[in-house]
Amino acid sequence: MDYLFLARWSPWIVGIGIGALVWISFLFSNRAIGVSTAYTRMGGIIELFVRGEIVKEREYFKKFVPKVDWEWMLVLGVIIGSFISSILSGQFKVEFVPVFWSKAFGESIFLRLITALLGGVLVGFGARLAGGCTSGHGISGTSQLAVSSWMALILFFTGGIGTAMFLFNLIGGI
Amino acid sequence: MHNYTYSNKRVQLLLGFIIGMIFGFLLQKGGVTNYNVILNQLILRDFTVAKIILTAILTGTIGIYLMNELGIIQLQPKPFYLNGILVGGLVFGVGFALLGYCPGTAAGAIGTGSVHAFFGAIGILMGVEIFSMTYPFFKNSLLKKDYGLITIPEILGVGSLVLILFMLISFFLFFLVMIV
Repeated sequence: MDYLFLARWSPWIVGIGIGALVWISFLFSNRAIGVSTAYTRMGGIIELFVRGEIVKEREYFKKFVPKVDWEWMLVLGVIIGSFISSILSGQFKVEFVPVFWSKAFGESIFLRLITALLGGVLVGFGARLAGGCTSGHGISGTSQLAVSSWMALILFFTGGIGTAMFLFNLIGGI
Repeated sequence: MHNYTYSNKRVQLLLGFIIGMIFGFLLQKGGVTNYNVILNQLILRDFTVAKIILTAILTGTIGIYLMNELGIIQLQPKPFYLNGILVGGLVFGVGFALLGYCPGTAAGAIGTGSVHAFFGAIGILMGVEIFSMTYPFFKNSLLKKDYGLITIPEILGVGSLVLILFMLISFFLFFLVMIV
Protein backbone atom coordinates (compact mmCIF):
# COMPACT_ATOMS: atom_id res chain seq x y z
CA MET A 1 0.00 0.00 0.00
CA ASP A 2 2.94 2.33 0.61
CA TYR A 3 3.32 2.44 -3.13
CA LEU A 4 0.16 4.53 -3.47
CA PHE A 5 1.65 7.27 -1.29
CA LEU A 6 4.88 7.65 -3.27
CA ALA A 7 5.41 11.05 -4.92
CA ARG A 8 6.59 9.55 -8.20
CA TRP A 9 6.44 6.22 -9.95
CA SER A 10 8.97 5.08 -12.51
CA PRO A 11 8.02 6.37 -15.99
CA TRP A 12 8.32 2.77 -17.27
CA ILE A 13 5.66 1.56 -14.85
CA VAL A 14 3.40 4.50 -15.65
CA GLY A 15 3.87 3.96 -19.40
CA ILE A 16 3.09 0.25 -19.16
CA GLY A 17 0.02 1.09 -17.06
CA ILE A 18 -1.26 3.58 -19.64
CA GLY A 19 -0.59 1.07 -22.44
CA ALA A 20 -2.62 -1.52 -20.53
CA LEU A 21 -5.46 1.01 -20.17
CA VAL A 22 -5.48 1.32 -23.96
CA TRP A 23 -6.06 -2.48 -24.18
CA ILE A 24 -8.80 -2.36 -21.54
CA SER A 25 -10.61 0.48 -23.33
CA PHE A 26 -10.54 -1.43 -26.61
CA LEU A 27 -11.56 -4.71 -25.02
CA PHE A 28 -14.36 -3.58 -22.74
CA SER A 29 -15.56 -0.36 -24.34
CA ASN A 30 -14.53 -0.76 -27.99
CA ARG A 31 -12.96 2.68 -27.60
CA ALA A 32 -9.62 4.34 -28.17
CA ILE A 33 -8.72 6.57 -25.23
CA GLY A 34 -8.93 10.21 -26.27
CA VAL A 35 -9.58 13.51 -24.57
CA SER A 36 -10.10 16.42 -26.96
CA THR A 37 -13.53 15.26 -28.22
CA ALA A 38 -14.77 15.61 -24.64
CA TYR A 39 -13.80 19.29 -24.71
CA THR A 40 -15.79 19.65 -27.95
CA ARG A 41 -18.86 18.12 -26.31
CA MET A 42 -18.37 20.23 -23.18
CA GLY A 43 -18.12 23.39 -25.29
CA GLY A 44 -21.37 22.39 -26.97
CA ILE A 45 -23.06 21.62 -23.64
CA ILE A 46 -22.14 25.06 -22.27
CA GLU A 47 -23.33 26.73 -25.46
CA LEU A 48 -26.60 24.77 -25.25
CA PHE A 49 -27.22 26.30 -21.82
CA VAL A 50 -26.48 29.79 -23.07
CA ARG A 51 -28.00 29.79 -26.54
CA GLY A 52 -30.44 26.89 -26.49
CA GLU A 53 -31.29 24.12 -28.94
CA ILE A 54 -30.24 26.08 -32.03
CA VAL A 55 -26.64 25.08 -31.25
CA LYS A 56 -27.44 21.48 -32.28
CA GLU A 57 -27.96 22.71 -35.84
CA ARG A 58 -24.25 23.43 -36.25
CA GLU A 59 -22.69 20.90 -38.61
CA TYR A 60 -19.81 20.04 -36.27
CA PHE A 61 -22.19 19.31 -33.39
CA LYS A 62 -24.08 16.87 -35.59
CA LYS A 63 -20.84 14.91 -35.82
CA PHE A 64 -20.02 15.38 -32.13
CA VAL A 65 -23.36 15.71 -30.35
CA PRO A 66 -23.06 17.87 -27.21
CA LYS A 67 -23.80 15.30 -24.49
CA VAL A 68 -22.13 13.39 -21.69
CA ASP A 69 -20.56 10.26 -23.18
CA TRP A 70 -17.80 7.71 -22.38
CA GLU A 71 -15.00 10.11 -23.18
CA TRP A 72 -16.57 12.95 -21.18
CA MET A 73 -16.72 10.62 -18.17
CA LEU A 74 -13.11 9.64 -18.83
CA VAL A 75 -11.97 13.27 -18.55
CA LEU A 76 -13.98 13.74 -15.35
CA GLY A 77 -12.25 10.61 -14.06
CA VAL A 78 -8.82 12.00 -14.99
CA ILE A 79 -9.44 15.11 -12.86
CA ILE A 80 -10.57 13.03 -9.87
CA GLY A 81 -7.92 10.31 -10.25
CA SER A 82 -5.16 12.90 -10.40
CA PHE A 83 -6.68 14.71 -7.41
CA ILE A 84 -6.68 11.49 -5.35
CA SER A 85 -3.11 10.70 -6.36
CA SER A 86 -1.86 14.21 -5.49
CA ILE A 87 -3.60 14.11 -2.10
CA LEU A 88 -2.17 10.65 -1.30
CA SER A 89 1.34 11.78 -2.15
CA GLY A 90 0.97 15.18 -0.44
CA GLN A 91 1.53 17.06 -3.69
CA PHE A 92 -1.78 18.88 -3.99
CA LYS A 93 -0.98 22.57 -4.23
CA VAL A 94 -2.88 25.61 -5.48
CA GLU A 95 -0.50 26.92 -8.12
CA PHE A 96 -0.78 30.16 -10.11
CA VAL A 97 2.77 30.59 -11.42
CA PRO A 98 4.95 27.46 -11.77
CA VAL A 99 8.67 27.60 -10.93
CA PHE A 100 9.91 26.94 -14.46
CA TRP A 101 7.82 29.81 -15.83
CA SER A 102 8.81 32.29 -13.08
CA LYS A 103 12.52 31.66 -13.68
CA ALA A 104 12.11 33.04 -17.20
CA PHE A 105 9.18 35.46 -16.99
CA GLY A 106 8.78 36.46 -13.33
CA GLU A 107 5.97 36.16 -10.81
CA SER A 108 3.20 38.03 -12.65
CA ILE A 109 0.01 35.98 -12.24
CA PHE A 110 -1.73 37.90 -15.03
CA LEU A 111 1.01 37.15 -17.58
CA ARG A 112 1.02 33.43 -16.72
CA LEU A 113 -2.76 33.05 -16.81
CA ILE A 114 -3.20 34.95 -20.07
CA THR A 115 -0.45 32.86 -21.72
CA ALA A 116 -2.07 29.66 -20.46
CA LEU A 117 -5.43 30.81 -21.85
CA LEU A 118 -3.94 31.70 -25.24
CA GLY A 119 -1.98 28.42 -25.32
CA GLY A 120 -5.22 26.59 -24.53
CA VAL A 121 -7.02 28.20 -27.47
CA LEU A 122 -4.25 27.01 -29.84
CA VAL A 123 -4.21 23.54 -28.25
CA GLY A 124 -8.00 23.17 -28.57
CA PHE A 125 -8.14 24.47 -32.12
CA GLY A 126 -5.06 22.55 -33.26
CA ALA A 127 -6.27 19.29 -31.72
CA ARG A 128 -9.59 19.46 -33.56
CA LEU A 129 -7.94 20.39 -36.86
CA ALA A 130 -5.45 17.54 -36.46
CA GLY A 131 -8.26 15.16 -35.42
CA GLY A 132 -7.00 14.39 -31.91
CA CYS A 133 -4.60 15.29 -29.13
CA THR A 134 -1.70 13.70 -27.28
CA SER A 135 -4.04 10.95 -26.02
CA GLY A 136 -6.21 10.15 -29.04
CA HIS A 137 -3.43 10.53 -31.61
CA GLY A 138 -0.35 10.41 -29.37
CA ILE A 139 -1.09 7.22 -27.44
CA SER A 140 -4.15 5.38 -28.82
CA GLY A 141 -3.59 6.19 -32.48
CA THR A 142 0.15 5.55 -32.44
CA SER A 143 -0.47 2.24 -30.60
CA GLN A 144 -2.53 1.19 -33.62
CA LEU A 145 0.41 2.35 -35.75
CA ALA A 146 -1.86 4.72 -37.67
CA VAL A 147 0.10 6.90 -40.10
CA SER A 148 -2.07 9.91 -39.21
CA SER A 149 -1.32 9.60 -35.50
CA TRP A 150 2.44 9.14 -35.84
CA MET A 151 2.58 12.23 -38.02
CA ALA A 152 0.44 14.16 -35.50
CA LEU A 153 2.57 13.11 -32.51
CA ILE A 154 5.80 14.11 -34.26
CA LEU A 155 4.30 17.51 -35.19
CA PHE A 156 2.93 18.12 -31.68
CA PHE A 157 6.44 17.77 -30.30
CA THR A 158 8.13 19.58 -33.20
CA GLY A 159 5.91 22.62 -32.56
CA GLY A 160 6.21 22.24 -28.79
CA ILE A 161 9.99 21.84 -28.65
CA GLY A 162 10.59 24.65 -31.17
CA THR A 163 8.31 27.08 -29.33
CA ALA A 164 9.59 26.16 -25.85
CA MET A 165 13.23 26.52 -26.87
CA PHE A 166 12.53 29.86 -28.52
CA LEU A 167 10.57 31.17 -25.53
CA PHE A 168 12.57 29.81 -22.63
CA ASN A 169 16.10 29.34 -23.93
CA LEU A 170 16.36 32.24 -26.35
CA ILE A 171 14.11 34.87 -24.75
CA GLY A 172 13.85 33.64 -21.17
CA GLY A 173 17.53 32.74 -20.84
CA ILE A 174 17.01 29.35 -19.17
CA MET B 1 -20.47 -10.65 -23.26
CA HIS B 2 -18.83 -7.86 -25.20
CA ASN B 3 -21.91 -6.94 -27.15
CA TYR B 4 -23.72 -6.63 -23.87
CA THR B 5 -21.13 -4.39 -22.22
CA TYR B 6 -20.67 -2.31 -25.39
CA SER B 7 -24.35 -1.52 -25.66
CA ASN B 8 -25.13 -0.97 -21.98
CA LYS B 9 -24.92 2.79 -21.73
CA ARG B 10 -24.67 3.07 -17.96
CA VAL B 11 -21.98 0.40 -17.72
CA GLN B 12 -20.04 2.24 -20.43
CA LEU B 13 -20.26 5.62 -18.69
CA LEU B 14 -19.08 4.00 -15.46
CA LEU B 15 -16.23 2.22 -17.30
CA GLY B 16 -15.17 5.49 -18.91
CA PHE B 17 -15.09 7.10 -15.50
CA ILE B 18 -13.07 4.29 -13.89
CA ILE B 19 -10.58 4.11 -16.77
CA GLY B 20 -10.28 7.90 -16.56
CA MET B 21 -9.58 7.75 -12.81
CA ILE B 22 -6.78 5.23 -13.30
CA PHE B 23 -5.45 7.30 -16.22
CA GLY B 24 -5.44 10.47 -14.08
CA PHE B 25 -3.84 8.61 -11.20
CA LEU B 26 -1.07 7.33 -13.48
CA LEU B 27 -0.49 10.75 -15.06
CA GLN B 28 -0.04 12.33 -11.64
CA LYS B 29 2.22 9.54 -10.38
CA GLY B 30 4.27 9.83 -13.56
CA GLY B 31 4.83 13.54 -12.88
CA VAL B 32 3.28 14.68 -16.17
CA THR B 33 0.50 16.69 -14.53
CA ASN B 34 3.38 18.92 -13.41
CA TYR B 35 4.04 21.93 -15.67
CA ASN B 36 7.78 21.94 -14.84
CA VAL B 37 8.22 18.32 -15.94
CA ILE B 38 6.51 18.95 -19.29
CA LEU B 39 8.46 22.14 -20.03
CA ASN B 40 11.76 20.48 -19.10
CA GLN B 41 10.87 17.82 -21.69
CA LEU B 42 10.12 20.46 -24.32
CA ILE B 43 13.53 22.10 -23.83
CA LEU B 44 15.02 18.57 -23.90
CA ARG B 45 16.41 18.66 -20.38
CA ASP B 46 14.32 15.85 -18.84
CA PHE B 47 12.91 12.89 -20.76
CA THR B 48 10.16 11.72 -18.40
CA VAL B 49 7.38 12.57 -20.87
CA ALA B 50 9.10 10.75 -23.74
CA LYS B 51 9.73 7.67 -21.59
CA ILE B 52 6.08 7.47 -20.55
CA ILE B 53 4.66 8.05 -24.03
CA LEU B 54 7.00 5.63 -25.78
CA THR B 55 6.54 2.90 -23.16
CA ALA B 56 2.76 3.37 -23.38
CA ILE B 57 2.88 3.11 -27.19
CA LEU B 58 5.04 -0.03 -27.19
CA THR B 59 2.87 -1.69 -24.56
CA GLY B 60 -0.29 -0.55 -26.30
CA THR B 61 0.81 -1.75 -29.73
CA ILE B 62 1.71 -5.26 -28.56
CA GLY B 63 -1.67 -5.79 -26.88
CA ILE B 64 -3.72 -4.07 -29.58
CA TYR B 65 -2.18 -6.07 -32.44
CA LEU B 66 -2.36 -9.32 -30.47
CA MET B 67 -6.07 -8.81 -29.74
CA ASN B 68 -6.64 -7.73 -33.33
CA GLU B 69 -4.89 -10.88 -34.57
CA LEU B 70 -7.11 -12.99 -32.29
CA GLY B 71 -10.18 -11.19 -33.65
CA ILE B 72 -11.32 -9.90 -30.23
CA ILE B 73 -11.09 -6.25 -31.19
CA GLN B 74 -11.04 -4.15 -34.34
CA LEU B 75 -8.58 -1.37 -35.04
CA GLN B 76 -10.02 2.11 -35.37
CA PRO B 77 -7.23 4.27 -36.79
CA LYS B 78 -7.96 7.95 -37.39
CA PRO B 79 -8.24 9.25 -40.98
CA PHE B 80 -5.11 10.67 -42.57
CA TYR B 81 -5.94 14.29 -43.43
CA LEU B 82 -2.39 15.26 -44.39
CA ASN B 83 -2.94 19.04 -44.53
CA GLY B 84 -5.17 19.24 -41.47
CA ILE B 85 -2.70 17.23 -39.39
CA LEU B 86 0.24 19.27 -40.66
CA VAL B 87 -1.27 22.64 -39.72
CA GLY B 88 -3.27 21.44 -36.71
CA GLY B 89 -0.33 19.48 -35.31
CA LEU B 90 1.99 22.50 -35.40
CA VAL B 91 -0.64 24.88 -33.98
CA PHE B 92 -1.22 22.36 -31.20
CA GLY B 93 2.52 22.19 -30.55
CA VAL B 94 2.87 25.97 -30.21
CA GLY B 95 -0.08 26.01 -27.80
CA PHE B 96 1.36 23.00 -25.94
CA ALA B 97 4.52 25.01 -25.13
CA LEU B 98 2.58 28.15 -24.12
CA LEU B 99 0.12 26.29 -21.90
CA GLY B 100 2.52 23.60 -20.71
CA TYR B 101 -0.17 20.95 -20.81
CA CYS B 102 -2.05 18.95 -23.41
CA PRO B 103 -5.84 18.48 -22.99
CA GLY B 104 -5.46 15.31 -20.86
CA THR B 105 -2.66 16.51 -18.60
CA ALA B 106 -4.44 19.88 -18.20
CA ALA B 107 -7.44 18.00 -16.79
CA GLY B 108 -5.11 16.06 -14.50
CA ALA B 109 -3.30 19.24 -13.42
CA ILE B 110 -6.62 20.86 -12.45
CA GLY B 111 -7.03 17.94 -10.04
CA THR B 112 -3.67 18.74 -8.46
CA GLY B 113 -4.65 22.40 -7.85
CA SER B 114 -3.10 24.08 -10.90
CA VAL B 115 -5.05 27.31 -11.49
CA HIS B 116 -3.21 28.11 -14.73
CA ALA B 117 -4.20 24.66 -16.05
CA PHE B 118 -7.81 25.64 -15.34
CA PHE B 119 -7.35 28.80 -17.43
CA GLY B 120 -5.75 26.61 -20.08
CA ALA B 121 -8.79 24.32 -20.06
CA ILE B 122 -11.06 27.35 -20.57
CA GLY B 123 -8.79 28.30 -23.48
CA ILE B 124 -9.10 24.77 -24.91
CA LEU B 125 -12.90 25.06 -24.71
CA MET B 126 -12.68 28.38 -26.58
CA GLY B 127 -10.38 26.80 -29.17
CA VAL B 128 -12.70 23.86 -29.87
CA GLU B 129 -15.66 26.24 -30.04
CA ILE B 130 -13.86 28.37 -32.63
CA PHE B 131 -13.14 25.19 -34.60
CA SER B 132 -16.76 24.03 -34.41
CA MET B 133 -17.86 27.39 -35.90
CA THR B 134 -15.23 27.41 -38.65
CA TYR B 135 -15.49 23.67 -39.46
CA PRO B 136 -17.43 24.19 -42.75
CA PHE B 137 -14.48 26.25 -44.04
CA PHE B 138 -11.84 23.69 -43.01
CA LYS B 139 -13.92 20.79 -44.28
CA ASN B 140 -13.60 22.24 -47.77
CA SER B 141 -9.95 23.22 -47.49
CA LEU B 142 -7.42 21.57 -45.16
CA LEU B 143 -9.67 18.59 -44.42
CA LYS B 144 -10.68 17.99 -48.02
CA LYS B 145 -8.09 15.40 -48.92
CA ASP B 146 -8.29 12.26 -46.78
CA TYR B 147 -5.66 9.60 -47.48
CA GLY B 148 -7.71 7.03 -45.60
CA LEU B 149 -7.42 4.85 -42.52
CA ILE B 150 -3.91 3.63 -43.22
CA THR B 151 -1.51 2.01 -40.76
CA ILE B 152 2.26 1.55 -40.96
CA PRO B 153 2.14 -2.31 -41.22
CA GLU B 154 -0.28 -1.95 -44.15
CA ILE B 155 2.19 0.28 -45.95
CA LEU B 156 5.09 -2.04 -45.17
CA GLY B 157 3.04 -5.17 -45.83
CA VAL B 158 4.08 -6.98 -42.64
CA GLY B 159 1.85 -9.27 -40.56
CA SER B 160 0.77 -8.69 -36.96
CA LEU B 161 2.96 -11.38 -35.43
CA VAL B 162 6.14 -10.12 -37.06
CA LEU B 163 5.17 -6.70 -35.86
CA ILE B 164 4.62 -7.79 -32.26
CA LEU B 165 8.02 -9.47 -32.24
CA PHE B 166 9.60 -6.33 -33.67
CA MET B 167 7.89 -4.21 -30.97
CA LEU B 168 9.09 -6.52 -28.19
CA ILE B 169 12.66 -6.21 -29.44
CA SER B 170 12.38 -2.41 -29.74
CA PHE B 171 10.91 -2.32 -26.25
CA PHE B 172 13.93 -4.18 -24.92
CA LEU B 173 16.44 -2.04 -26.82
CA PHE B 174 14.69 1.21 -25.89
CA PHE B 175 14.71 0.19 -22.24
CA LEU B 176 18.38 -0.73 -22.43
CA VAL B 177 19.38 2.57 -24.07
CA MET B 178 17.43 4.60 -21.51
CA ILE B 179 18.81 2.68 -18.54
CA VAL B 180 22.46 2.83 -19.58
